[in-house]
Amino acid sequence: MSVIEREVTNAQPGWRGFKGGKWEKEVNVRDFIAQNITPYYGNESFLQGATQNTKDLWKIVSDLSKKEREAGGVLDVDVNTPATIVSHKPGYLDKEKEQIVGVQTDEPFKRSLQPFGGIRMMIDACKAYGFEVPEQIVKMFTDIRKTHNQGVFDAYTPEMRAARKAGIITGLPDAYGRGRIIGDYRRVALYGTDFLVAQKKQEQRELEVDVIDEDVIRLREELSEQIRALGELKEMAAMHGFDISKPAATAKEAFQWVYFGYLAAVKEQNGAAMSLGRVSSFLDAYIERDLAEGTLTEQEAQELVDHFVMKLRIVKFLRTPEYNELFSGDPTWVTESIGGMAVDGKTRVTKNSFRFLHTLYNLGPAPEPNLTVLWSENLPESFKKFCSKVSIETSAIQYENDDLMRPIYGDDYGIACCVSAMEIGKQMQFFGARANLAKVLLYAVNGGKDEKSGVQVGPEYPAITSEVLDYNEVKKRLIPMMEWLAKLYVNALNVIHYMHDKYSYERIEMALHDRDILRTMACGIAGLSVATDSLSAIKYAKVKPIRNEQGIAVDFEIEGEFPCYGNNDDRVDSIAVDLVETFMGMIRKHKTYRNALPTQSILTITSNVVYGKKTGTTPDGRKAGQPFAPGANPMHGRDKKGALASLSSVAKLPYEHSLDGISNTFSIVPKALGKEAETRKSNLVAMMDGYFGGHAHHLNVNVFDREQLLDAMEHPENYPQLTIRVSGYAVNFIKLSREQQLDVISRTFHESM
Amino acid sequence: MIKGHIHSLETFGTVDGPGIRFVLFMQGCLLKCQYCHNPDTWNLEGGKDMTLEEVLSEIEPYLRYYRNSGGGLTVSGGEATLQAQFVTELFREVKRRWNLHTTLDTNGYNDGDKIKDLLDVTDLVLLDLKHIDNEKHIKLTGKPNERMLAMARWLSDHNRPMWIRHVLVPGINTDEEDLLRLGRFMGGLDAVEKFEILPYHQMGVYKWEALKWEYPLEGVPSPTSEEVDRAYRLVEQGMKEAYVDKVISGITSRQ
Repeated sequence: MSVIEREVTNAQPGWRGFKGGKWEKEVNVRDFIAQNITPYYGNESFLQGATQNTKDLWKIVSDLSKKEREAGGVLDVDVNTPATIVSHKPGYLDKEKEQIVGVQTDEPFKRSLQPFGGIRMMIDACKAYGFEVPEQIVKMFTDIRKTHNQGVFDAYTPEMRAARKAGIITGLPDAYGRGRIIGDYRRVALYGTDFLVAQKKQEQRELEVDVIDEDVIRLREELSEQIRALGELKEMAAMHGFDISKPAATAKEAFQWVYFGYLAAVKEQNGAAMSLGRVSSFLDAYIERDLAEGTLTEQEAQELVDHFVMKLRIVKFLRTPEYNELFSGDPTWVTESIGGMAVDGKTRVTKNSFRFLHTLYNLGPAPEPNLTVLWSENLPESFKKFCSKVSIETSAIQYENDDLMRPIYGDDYGIACCVSAMEIGKQMQFFGARANLAKVLLYAVNGGKDEKSGVQVGPEYPAITSEVLDYNEVKKRLIPMMEWLAKLYVNALNVIHYMHDKYSYERIEMALHDRDILRTMACGIAGLSVATDSLSAIKYAKVKPIRNEQGIAVDFEIEGEFPCYGNNDDRVDSIAVDLVETFMGMIRKHKTYRNALPTQSILTITSNVVYGKKTGTTPDGRKAGQPFAPGANPMHGRDKKGALASLSSVAKLPYEHSLDGISNTFSIVPKALGKEAETRKSNLVAMMDGYFGGHAHHLNVNVFDREQLLDAMEHPENYPQLTIRVSGYAVNFIKLSREQQLDVISRTFHESM
Repeated sequence: MIKGHIHSLETFGTVDGPGIRFVLFMQGCLLKCQYCHNPDTWNLEGGKDMTLEEVLSEIEPYLRYYRNSGGGLTVSGGEATLQAQFVTELFREVKRRWNLHTTLDTNGYNDGDKIKDLLDVTDLVLLDLKHIDNEKHIKLTGKPNERMLAMARWLSDHNRPMWIRHVLVPGINTDEEDLLRLGRFMGGLDAVEKFEILPYHQMGVYKWEALKWEYPLEGVPSPTSEEVDRAYRLVEQGMKEAYVDKVISGITSRQ
């Protein structure tokens, strides 16, 4: 090694015993991790169960959850206090028993008013759950202080509004917080706020440049906001009795400091996805130090993890029932990325990687935090087996391909939301929801008229009038329609993110980033498998549109067979690949706000149900209103050759053209993984090694029987913690709408026996 | 060129042999088992014709899965040995090209000497013994069981690894004496690496309905786990008795 290893000698008492390096002089958590974590190659036998305190606290949480469910979804709202980092006094579950303290308001399960994204969402959400926003606050955020939502609608064009209404572009973060920004919460523990403020002030001084133009002005203002937010963070911690101006000196402090950073973010922002980053192995360095110093036992270490995770599980936002319908329950996407490898070939798996997964036993399964394992062929075998066991027993983790992402993002990236990788503290995204590819295909057939409303939403290009759809003609009409959509889509996103920065800036999250960061414009597509199979039907079978009196194709007659996406058949899989590449190419043509790098995802969250509702009958035989397949999944029941063929089709989609992630949700019945527990574990490991070895990006693994889900629909009270993976995250099954439950049950379950 | 009549294929099979397996279901079967969950594979005329190369190209994309998991190729059915020549060539070819492990899933209604070429390129035989009692076997499957039992002995005599499987159907093959006899029979064999009871399930009923056939086991439930445990116990007891007999007869013959 060229760097001489040495221990930190003076400076900060919180740094005692750590190996020094660049991280002492500059904010550089990655360097700290590289120097100081202890890779773990053993198995799970060291893990400890829940302590009595943990059980008591979880009982409180379970009881409150039950009450909340019985109250219709929201237990309490503080309608009088618009939330800021310091707006509420500390709240506790049980102050004597909690190792990690702090909730979003002065009481657990009491939601706060977060109006900066849009006051309308707050008013409607309160009304839906039996609360009311006081007149004075409504007035404040309508007439006096403008919100993000108001800003966006002030600038939207009529065409954008029409496209939004028709559902050809949907899920846009124009009425709520955009989220998908990961603050580097580890910085709070490693450096304390004084160091971070000093760094920000230095960054601001470096902006005393000759030409103070719009970009510089914005950045200078943002830095001032960030510095102010760090001050509030320190104040909030002080209210709980902690001085976080200096680095954390023990494991308990490190967990608490990290959590304070995160808590400040979720107090201030009601972002769609408020992800945590990659904290578990970082925190392991503190645990190892305390274990070595004899000040902590394994039991106590697990307790810290359990209590930390418990807090992450009870993050709550006030959202409307419609929003919850779109996203199935009220997900917060507290995504934590676990495992992965370092660029030098060492593993990033530590004992804490195991401890975090073990919370699914100590506290029972739950959708949050969204535990995401960064899979590499080179992960320690015992860790792979443990993950596999946890998946089989809880269906609560997802996997993403570290070997695919590491060359792009390095070894200190995390996943935001479901599948969006970003280098932590150095990269953020402008979340862009998704465009509906199935619908744009119908627009191409119908000359820009919406097949549901008959309204001219797209440009008035010639409609296809032939009796049988001709593949070449459809493609010829589809390309300009997709070009139109891409342009409109990027422009709408530019409006949204301009306004979000202006009216609902993520002060504390951005304070935990470098000043100069990479921004991506994260576009997305929905309905990939429907559009693909539709084109395949048009190409290989005979598809006759049935038109209404307005001339709009409202149904299709299909004669003959055609290959479907999901069977590892290149004739059709190549159509899917082509759609992805083509649309990405179109998006790249347009100028983006703050020169963000355009990317796209193939991800529907759970809104595949809602998008399906908004889309008419398609040429693949899917009837109007029927759900799409989620994410990049093949359409339900059309993958006929078993799991590996289905996985192989998805693995063909090019990650370099969908850098914001390719989501695949996989459901298998336990028996179809093998007969004995050991065999099931090793088969699942081999399956994932094979899938990711084939350059696939993501896999949600669900292992359960359809009968169990049917029973849970009938007897939800027996399944308070039944967790299932949906589309890059997990949900509590019993919180899904009946429609969504039926959709999950109708999906392909691999059950060959 | 010879073609196989193929019913369907499964790229991720985990219950028909070790590891993850490509499972090829052949079309056509001479037995008419009342509990069959794939009655659509019986017809000798149906299925899709595929060449050897076509089948091989379906397997090839997944080799890394089969290798990593210690799996391979299983040919099932229908009844695989009805197309012994095709399966022999397939097994020979996957061994030559990829050194893949081969498993033959058969009801044993064939003759070991006649399909010796096939068995020579088979690493593992999954042999379904459906009923030890001949009369009841005829009632259950439409055929006597002599050839199946002879096949088991043939495999034993030629030291070919086999797993014996037995679908357990309440009221059909759950008599104590039958299970003991089955155990005794197996106890007399060599080369049985594993014995598996497959609890009867009704997941194939919809296929009978689709074929517009009356389902003969209407109303018969799946065995409970206690019934499965009991069956294992009885079969093992029978096997032990056979071992003891073998040892005693060994001692007697030495005297």
